[in-house]
Amino acid sequence: MTRKIVVGYDDSAGGKSALDFAVKQLKAQGGSLVLAHVLEWSPYSFLTPEEIEERHARRKEELSRAETAVLGPVVAQLAKEGITVETTLKYGHIAETLCRIAKDEKADQIIIGRTGESGFSSRLFGSVAGSLAQVAPVPVTIVP
Amino acid sequence: MTKTFSRAALSVLMLAGASGPALAQSIDEQVNQIFANSTGWFVNLIFSNFPGTTFPWIVAWLVIAATIFTVYFGLIQFRAFPHSISLVKGDYSDPNDAGEVSHFQALATALSGTVGLGNIAGVAVAVGIGGPGATFWMILAGLMGMASKFTECTLGVKYRNEYEDGTVSGGPMYYMTKGFAERGLPAGKFLAILFSVFCILGALGGGNMFQANQAHAQISNVVGDYPGWITGIVFAFVVFIVIVGGLKSIARVTEKVVPFMGIMYVAAALVIILMNADKIGWAFGEIFNGAFTGAGVAGGMVGALIQGFKRAAFSNEAGVGSAAIAHSAVRTKEPITEGFVSLLEPFIDTVVICTMTALVIIITGQLIQDPNTGLYLLDEGASTIQTVDGNKGVALTSAAFSSAFGWFQYVLAIAVILFAFSTMISWSYYGLKAWTFLFGEGHTKELIFKVIFCLFVVIGAAANLGPVIDFSDAAIFAMAVVNIIALYCLMPIVKRELNSYQSRLKSGEIRKFA
Repeated sequence: MTRKIVVGYDDSAGGKSALDFAVKQLKAQGGSLVLAHVLEWSPYSFLTPEEIEERHARRKEELSRAETAVLGPVVAQLAKEGITVETTLKYGHIAETLCRIAKDEKADQIIIGRTGESGFSSRLFGSVAGSLAQVAPVPVTIVP
Repeated sequence: MTKTFSRAALSVLMLAGASGPALAQSIDEQVNQIFANSTGWFVNLIFSNFPGTTFPWIVAWLVIAATIFTVYFGLIQFRAFPHSISLVKGDYSDPNDAGEVSHFQALATALSGTVGLGNIAGVAVAVGIGGPGATFWMILAGLMGMASKFTECTLGVKYRNEYEDGTVSGGPMYYMTKGFAERGLPAGKFLAILFSVFCILGALGGGNMFQANQAHAQISNVVGDYPGWITGIVFAFVVFIVIVGGLKSIARVTEKVVPFMGIMYVAAALVIILMNADKIGWAFGEIFNGAFTGAGVAGGMVGALIQGFKRAAFSNEAGVGSAAIAHSAVRTKEPITEGFVSLLEPFIDTVVICTMTALVIIITGQLIQDPNTGLYLLDEGASTIQTVDGNKGVALTSAAFSSAFGWFQYVLAIAVILFAFSTMISWSYYGLKAWTFLFGEGHTKELIFKVIFCLFVVIGAAANLGPVIDFSDAAIFAMAVVNIIALYCLMPIVKRELNSYQSRLKSGEIRKFA
């Protein structure tokens, strides 16, 4: 059975570190890679009437931006290195969505980068890494 | 056109700067006089009574419509209530559809347009004239209005326009044109135009002037008397930079704060009611007795009923068609689901929040009773009930809350300002949708409406309560006249949607995701 790794990727320095780490693991041990980009979205946020009207247009813009600016270049780069990846683009709470992806894909591991956020805001709102450490269905690696 | 308006606003400012309070006061009076004279005929037409009675035909129009929808859809507001809550919780939302507007967001946005001064000032007006009994009719109107809102919001989503850029536009004008054409009925376009005209007037009246007027009343109640046009100019400036300047961040902050103000308002009301727990039974007794006897109340039982229904309709806007504009922008595969969600609006707005306000006013003893007979005392003109310190409108609600918590008048002043502001922003959107339906989309055309809207903020703050409230009611009820005709014609379509959805829900084709 081949290993499957889900990498949470968001084009940040942390995301790139996580991807580099995952690629090294794949090269050493084999397996496949799922590159997951999650757009933070809550169904319980408040919108103005105009925002509601334009929501669908914004969604299309966000999706195409994520596809072309975030995932596209990485996939092309990895292809050059001879690594094929699956990509997945989802909306929702980042940690919960990554867990769901890991379950659906029957992955063996989730790798994310550390964002470096600490202190008050992450204590108050919770951090992706902290949430994943508590609820992930598979082992989680947080790359500094 | 824009330049003309700017010059007019500037000359008002210069006049004010060069003069003293006396001239300022006379500007208020002049604005008030011109306003009352020019809108009186319209108000009289909408609120004329059935011949030989004191019962306005428009109130009967709304009550009959809500009753017909309630019966036609088999008490849908009660049957579908649990399912509506499941929809709002997201139980039936496909996780793969995330990123669209959720039912919760649609409800919260529509509520921030309707929960506002109607719940604070409108209730005080109703109880001040119709006595505690008006509350009973208000609750009944709220419960019945749920069926009207269900009907109009389902149609709003079903017949909305979806443009290539992904934006959506909808509302009664769209279901009037498309729905009538689909059923082969005549005059759809005519009704749509008529509705749009009234919607623009309603936006300028209830959605704008009434808000500015009551916001000024509450602010001057706290800081002391000063000319209304000053509040008007400040409000107009902030509204201007949001809707014309495109500074959406202010609106976004307001939209986020308003729900919390609503929760805080209800919490404060609950605390006051619980502090006077021994009077709750008595207060409900007054509400029920007053509803059917109306003893010692201006206008008697019919007066209580009329006030209750009038203010409920003004507060929750069921049957008016405005909510159909707000809800129709929502993306959902099933138009009927938005109907289910929207029926919660009159419940939250009228049955819960308005009742809270009324209970606080009654329980804190703001309405003066004859100690011997227990009947409410009327003022000299016999048109309103005597209140402690002679308060009416928002000042009455403020006095009721402040009698328990002295500081609450300041919180209420902030709440009123925020409610007024968010309602204005929502109604500027509804008015704009009607405007663009009439005149077409386009930057200049939209700008003209927005500038007119801002000017009416100043007029509303400067005019007296009487003419403003009359015109606001008349314009909004005129929307209901046209909208309800369309709802009667199109309700078989809603029934078809409802039957189809319910059978698929039963068969398991529509399933819960959560």
